[in-house]
Amino acid sequence: MSEPPSAIGAPGLPARGGAEVLPPPPPARGLTRARVTGIVLLGVWALVGIGTVLFLLASWNVELFTRYAPRYLSGLLVTVELVAISVLAGAVLSVPIALGRRSKSRIIGVLAYTYVYFFRGTPLLAQTFLVYYGLGSLRPELESVGLWWFFREAWYCAIFTFSLNTAAYQAEILRGAIESVGRGQWEAASALGLSRLQTVYKIIIPQAALVALRPYGNEIILMIKGSAIVAIITVYDLMGETRRAYSRTFDFQTYIWAALIYLGIVEMLRMTIDRIERRLTRHLRR
Amino acid sequence: MDYTALLSFGPEGWGDDIASGVAVTVSLALATLPLGLALGFVVALGKRSAEPTLRLSANIFTTIFRGLPELLTLFLVYYGAQIAIQQVVKAAGGETYIEINAFAAGMVALGAVFSAYASEVFAAAFNAIPHGQYEGAHALGLSRRRTMRLVILPQLIRIALPGLSNLWLILLKETALVSIIGLSDILRQTGIASRTTGEAFLFYGTACLLYLVLALISSVALSAVERRVSASGAAR
Repeated sequence: MSEPPSAIGAPGLPARGGAEVLPPPPPARGLTRARVTGIVLLGVWALVGIGTVLFLLASWNVELFTRYAPRYLSGLLVTVELVAISVLAGAVLSVPIALGRRSKSRIIGVLAYTYVYFFRGTPLLAQTFLVYYGLGSLRPELESVGLWWFFREAWYCAIFTFSLNTAAYQAEILRGAIESVGRGQWEAASALGLSRLQTVYKIIIPQAALVALRPYGNEIILMIKGSAIVAIITVYDLMGETRRAYSRTFDFQTYIWAALIYLGIVEMLRMTIDRIERRLTRHLRR
Repeated sequence: MDYTALLSFGPEGWGDDIASGVAVTVSLALATLPLGLALGFVVALGKRSAEPTLRLSANIFTTIFRGLPELLTLFLVYYGAQIAIQQVVKAAGGETYIEINAFAAGMVALGAVFSAYASEVFAAAFNAIPHGQYEGAHALGLSRRRTMRLVILPQLIRIALPGLSNLWLILLKETALVSIIGLSDILRQTGIASRTTGEAFLFYGTACLLYLVLALISSVALSAVERRVSASGAAR
């Protein structure tokens, strides 16, 4: 549908006076190529959905369900607990790191940057192995400082690693949010005679929170998804229970159920964040 | 045994095994990248289509692959494809045990996840291109295909590059998951070394450092690309 590119100044074209605007072309009717493709793709998704439901119905097994449903529930609780503790501990840890990144001292700045770079630059799985197996191989040293009881447990190691990991990410979110608030806000607050603490609480945090909300929400979602790897170091979270159920039954529906549960949690969280964001930004909407 | 001997490339050391792990990690990430980019671009086109059915199917895709844990996606692809193929073989009357290639499973799973995130980056970049660019191209008489290729894509790449660089760094880290389904990447090789020698801290520490080095090399290379791409564009 390419048109000749020489429409401007083409002979025979009547000169148009004033600013006449051509109406946009009417939307295509009937079966366009895009619509056919869209319908086919939706059909594929519908098949996937129906196939999943049929598969779950066909392989429905009361004994299996009554046996493993409570375990999945306890696994889900372990996942939620792990993420909640890690995210909260990470939030506390992230404050000094973010301040360190903004520090005027070069040494503190480099230290904070190294911390962030290490935890953001290496896989969470490798970090978890480093703590659980790596520190586990240093047993005599840890026993001599009295920390062995902590690093012996996979559960504590997981919380430890995840807290340190999310602290690095949260520090960057925090720093970005604080820096997104303009200098003028600090200056205006000090011109009004507000103390530093008052400025932070009344001026900076309300504006920074708006910027940080979505990244924070994404970080929680990433933690929930990332927490699945603790199953590898024998923590029985939702993924761990799923792996155990699969290894005992070789029934693929165990993985399908886990997928549905994870999708459900993540979607719920995403919708909640959307709702909070809409609420917080209602003064910006026109 | 001292540490340099353990990490050396000789018959006593694990250097060569770990180096082959690095090669596997890098080649998996490099093989996944074009797949993820192409699929992500197509999904982004679907998302901003005027056709609601296309938008819906694109959104279902991103919802699924951004919502599932990467590890679970990998298991679903790895075990799921295995079971599906066995069912097909059984239905055809055969009786064989087929094992899916872990590299291919990793490529498909990581590629799907990468493309789901990449489609968001592309969609945001599309939104950042002013409508006047399309109108200008239309006024010049360019066809839709040529508008995309000559006008939109060069700007799109420039806008999307930082987001895509970030996704590349994430992809590089996520390749570590394939060690769980038995692909001999960095983490699996160092894991074998640490179990054999008992020096877990040394070898997992080495693994972390190797990932850091890969990230460092990538960011240097990517910022060079970003500089080039932004230099080639007109200043706005």
